[in-house]
Amino acid sequence: MSANLSALFYLISGILFILALRGLSSPETSRQGNYFGIMGMIISIVVTFFSVGNFGTGFVYVLIFLLIGGSIGAFIAFRIPMTAMPELVAGFHSLVGLAAVFVAISAFLKPDAFNLGSVGNIKLASLIEMSLGAAIGAITFSGSIIAFLKLRGIMSGAPITFKGQHFINLILGISVIFLIYYLCRSQSSNIFWTLVILSFVVGVLLIIPIGGADMPVVISMLNSYSGWAAAGIGFTLENTALIITGALVGSSGAILSYIMCKGMNRSFFNVILGGWGASDQTTDKQSKEKKPVKSGNAEDAAFLMKNASSVIIVPGYGMAVAQAQHALREMVDSLKKNGVKVSYAIHPVAGRMPGHMNVLLAEANVPYDEVFELEEINNDFANCDVAYVIGANDVTNPVAKSDPQSPIYGMPILDVEKSKSVLFVKRSLSPGYAGIDNDLFYRDNTLMLFADAKKMTEEIVKSL
Amino acid sequence: MEIDPFIFRLSIFILSIFVGYYVVWSVTPSLHTPLMSVTNAISSVIIVGAIIAALSGTTDKIFETSNIFGFLAIILAAVNIFGGFLVTQRMLQMYKKKKK
Repeated sequence: MSANLSALFYLISGILFILALRGLSSPETSRQGNYFGIMGMIISIVVTFFSVGNFGTGFVYVLIFLLIGGSIGAFIAFRIPMTAMPELVAGFHSLVGLAAVFVAISAFLKPDAFNLGSVGNIKLASLIEMSLGAAIGAITFSGSIIAFLKLRGIMSGAPITFKGQHFINLILGISVIFLIYYLCRSQSSNIFWTLVILSFVVGVLLIIPIGGADMPVVISMLNSYSGWAAAGIGFTLENTALIITGALVGSSGAILSYIMCKGMNRSFFNVILGGWGASDQTTDKQSKEKKPVKSGNAEDAAFLMKNASSVIIVPGYGMAVAQAQHALREMVDSLKKNGVKVSYAIHPVAGRMPGHMNVLLAEANVPYDEVFELEEINNDFANCDVAYVIGANDVTNPVAKSDPQSPIYGMPILDVEKSKSVLFVKRSLSPGYAGIDNDLFYRDNTLMLFADAKKMTEEIVKSL
Repeated sequence: MEIDPFIFRLSIFILSIFVGYYVVWSVTPSLHTPLMSVTNAISSVIIVGAIIAALSGTTDKIFETSNIFGFLAIILAAVNIFGGFLVTQRMLQMYKKKKK
């Protein structure tokens, strides 16, 4: 196949990928969008086969490896529980990163196969592009592995910080740039390998100081990196589909990181430099014990909600941990039978990745038009009888509005305290991720329900 | 004077960033998780590079180092392509409107 013709096909793939993202503007068009994406991918792969035009033994092996990878992917996709979506996405990012590294290595070892010159005499531009692709890919890989381990709970979610951390990161970052510079001058393979290894280390160091609840930002950021790595390789291969995709994914991840940071009222650098939530265990207990707390049981909660005319549910990460979404849906069903109007309020950073809560509710068959974003629903709390907070904490803390000293001051919160009564399902009075006490626990209109989110919700269903 | 083809690719790249910017802002927040999984899947179009790497060289020397890296990259990218699109599909199937 001529290079011009295949370039046109790659352009078509690129456009199909744009349409795939475009489809996600509403749930109705999203499924069609996904098919566009699949079509784009098939076109890219088939065109590549024809443009290489080598249908010998190698081709058979390519198909075999494609099928092996594909079956593993399909198996994971069907088996993975929806609550594990954040770690799945982190794991997938790591694969894109590593694939980018491998392609870059391959291009470095055999540049003639990619029309980039010959060994020891690779075109300067290509060398810069492939080393950038390799470096960003390596950072994406090791960073995503750390994110995966933290999300999976294999590694503690607590930030790992040590003295001089930022300084070391700075030195390593500068070294990466220097290595790329020397690589371009010397074409030495030793420098290339050093660059790859150093980038792996940078990825690890970049993510370990970031705590568990900042994972939405981390995942989005790694999403963005995987895009830039793909774009770097796209430039090396002079492939339009890869360049377009890389740019799309890169900007998509960047926008998501921005939205997540805004949801916490923190700057991107503040999150990346990490260390927040280090005070997890060090809250002073004295002030806490003094304040009176009203606590109730499932029957009280059922009574309150049954006699309410409107209820707003505020889910958070705790709901995901307890897998309480199905029980919650049952509870809402019986409330609706009693004529109660129920809606759901989702904070932008609820959960461990963007849109985490929405997926879990969708899994439990909650219609998406009952689920609202913060800006859409925040005014409704004032007119609502009961707010049922399940597994959320910091995102409801009124301190964010009243106390300029508080670390979460200025963070947009759900105005739960404005509703007539608040039911707060929580296992204990322990503070949330930000390590600060939630003022809401001690309000007169708050009833604490001390239990596991799922058990409590199930008991309420029984009492209804 | 002729323009370096690199400039054309750079133009495509930069325009695509703008396209991405506007398209992604119009994605509804409730679909942000599928957005991440689908971007994951499409960025695995890097498999194109992996295929070229794997098929480079003559048939009798199909397992040289550079080919092996190509084959490994194919497996990784394929996991992502199938896994990414299928899990996105699975999620999107769950989003339903209220029954009226």
